Amino acid sequence: MLSIKGLTKVYGRKTKAVDNLSIEIEDGEFVAFIGTSGSGKTTALRMLNRMIEPTDGVVTINGMETKKMDPVELRRKIGYVLQQVGLLPHMTIKENIVLVPKLLKWPQERKDEKAKELIKLVDLPESFLDRYPSELSGGQQQRIGVVRALAAEQDIILMDEPFGALDPITRDTLQDLVKELQKKLGKTFVFVTHDMDEAIKLADKICIMSHGKVVQYDTPDNILKNPANDFVRDFIGENRLIQDRPNMKTVEKAMIIPKTVNIDDSLDHAVSIMREYRIDTILITNKSQKLLGYLDIEDIKEGVRKKAELIDIMQRDIYRVNINSKLQDSVRTILKRNVRNVPVVEDDNKLVGLITRASLVDIVYDSIWGDDEEVQTSDPSKDIGVDI
Amino acid sequence: MVEESLIQEFFRYFTTNGSYIFELFINHLLMSVYGVLFASLVGIPLGILIARYARISQGVITVANIIQTVPVIAMLAILMLVMGLGNNTVVLAVFLYALLPIIKNTYTGLIEVDASIKDAGKSMGMTRNQVLRMIELPLALSVIIGGLRIALVVAIGVVAVGSFIGASTLTDIIIRGTNATDGTAMILAGAVPIAIIAIIIDVGLRLLENRLDPLRAQKKGPKAQSVTDNM
Repeated sequence: MLSIKGLTKVYGRKTKAVDNLSIEIEDGEFVAFIGTSGSGKTTALRMLNRMIEPTDGVVTINGMETKKMDPVELRRKIGYVLQQVGLLPHMTIKENIVLVPKLLKWPQERKDEKAKELIKLVDLPESFLDRYPSELSGGQQQRIGVVRALAAEQDIILMDEPFGALDPITRDTLQDLVKELQKKLGKTFVFVTHDMDEAIKLADKICIMSHGKVVQYDTPDNILKNPANDFVRDFIGENRLIQDRPNMKTVEKAMIIPKTVNIDDSLDHAVSIMREYRIDTILITNKSQKLLGYLDIEDIKEGVRKKAELIDIMQRDIYRVNINSKLQDSVRTILKRNVRNVPVVEDDNKLVGLITRASLVDIVYDSIWGDDEEVQTSDPSKDIGVDI
Repeated sequence: MVEESLIQEFFRYFTTNGSYIFELFINHLLMSVYGVLFASLVGIPLGILIARYARISQGVITVANIIQTVPVIAMLAILMLVMGLGNNTVVLAVFLYALLPIIKNTYTGLIEVDASIKDAGKSMGMTRNQVLRMIELPLALSVIIGGLRIALVVAIGVVAVGSFIGASTLTDIIIRGTNATDGTAMILAGAVPIAIIAIIIDVGLRLLENRLDPLRAQKKGPKAQSVTDNM
């Protein structure tokens, strides 16, 4: 457990960057510090691994006071992801990943093994290990930045606006990846952001800060339902409050039953189904209904011309949502990624439904603006979480 | 006709006095190298120090700058009064002139390393010395080599003046040439090697500098990488 009591940082005589911050972070929790610039969120984060020395207050990790630990040892135990990524340009990706293990003097085989294990974890090929950071795209670099923070099996990972410098689509993918990693590895993540969408999407608990003080520290749902004061209400924005009024629907409510074909079926069979139901996309599953990919009308044309098999032309790279995810998150994703539809799967990737733009529009009108007196004619682009 | 005979004369002088010229050549080079070596033993640590403690950097660089502005002949005269005639005095003068480029380049190379990279190193749990050894020095190396290159080229010129205080350098031949009637060939026999040393050092160290530039090494990297990938 990470416990913060009365954490304070004073610059000069009286400029209080962080003022008496006290929160408790349970093991395996994903916590976001959010606030405008100058709210002290980054300072607070950096005091956790003593990159900045606190003026006052106590930080304890599993009962151990960080103040009494050697700062260098402390930082080796806490993963840190920077906004600027900060990969060392003169070292290969592998050397970058195992930097902390190297400082901890791990044997070579263990470092090699760890590097291979970690690069797989972020869906990058092993051949990247011998490349240099400048040969990777920004998103790929930040993936390395994230696994570098995990390399020495740290239990706590601090992230300072980790996705701030990425383009919206890359950011989205990386957010999903980090959330997945955090669930899989059960580590404690603390991150700083100024993007409310990001905080709602990733965090189990959000700590809203203003002028160095905590304004509200609660789960995203509770904050959206009961904002502590006007500052919080302004900060999260009226749009999100409205979106969240209809008792937190999950995607299950909005999905339809999709038309599917089996992976072993012929292309002609797929075409006949699509023709019969007049649809432009068909999902492909295996015998146990696990989602494998999809075909759209363009692929079919191509496939028929080449007389290819269904399995050869199907698209395997498919964005999907879990049945338990919240509808508002999916709305955002669909709008942001500009996809036509999103399959809904259970935990074991079993296909259970499909969300289309049409079904979303229905539900959005029905449940969000249906019982509102004045129908909001807001521009949809306003709702997709434009970055500040 | 005149030109041809000059060239002939030049080569004749070279062949008959080959070992003498070679000795002076080595002498000239060694004095430069020793001076720069001592200067780097002092200058590089000093550069590291002032990169770390910004407060003293201005003072140190100013002092090195002032040394640099003293004309060589005046500096040699002053040093001669204290140290007497000979090679050692020239080495000391080279040392003093080499300090500025070495200190300045070490300092600049270190402080220009991207702050976020240093920050990353620190946040990973590197000690201050590890940040210096594993991040700052490797990334600043090409700039530091650049300082050594400038220092060596300056040194060749300083040593050349050393003949006036009794050091045996290639200038000895030039002085003799100016005193002799029809000494053109002799002047050339002294001047050409001096120019050649300076040019070779400059070109050689420039190549080394480029090679050690971390950003260049990576640009070469991907090509080789993608070739093996495609195979």
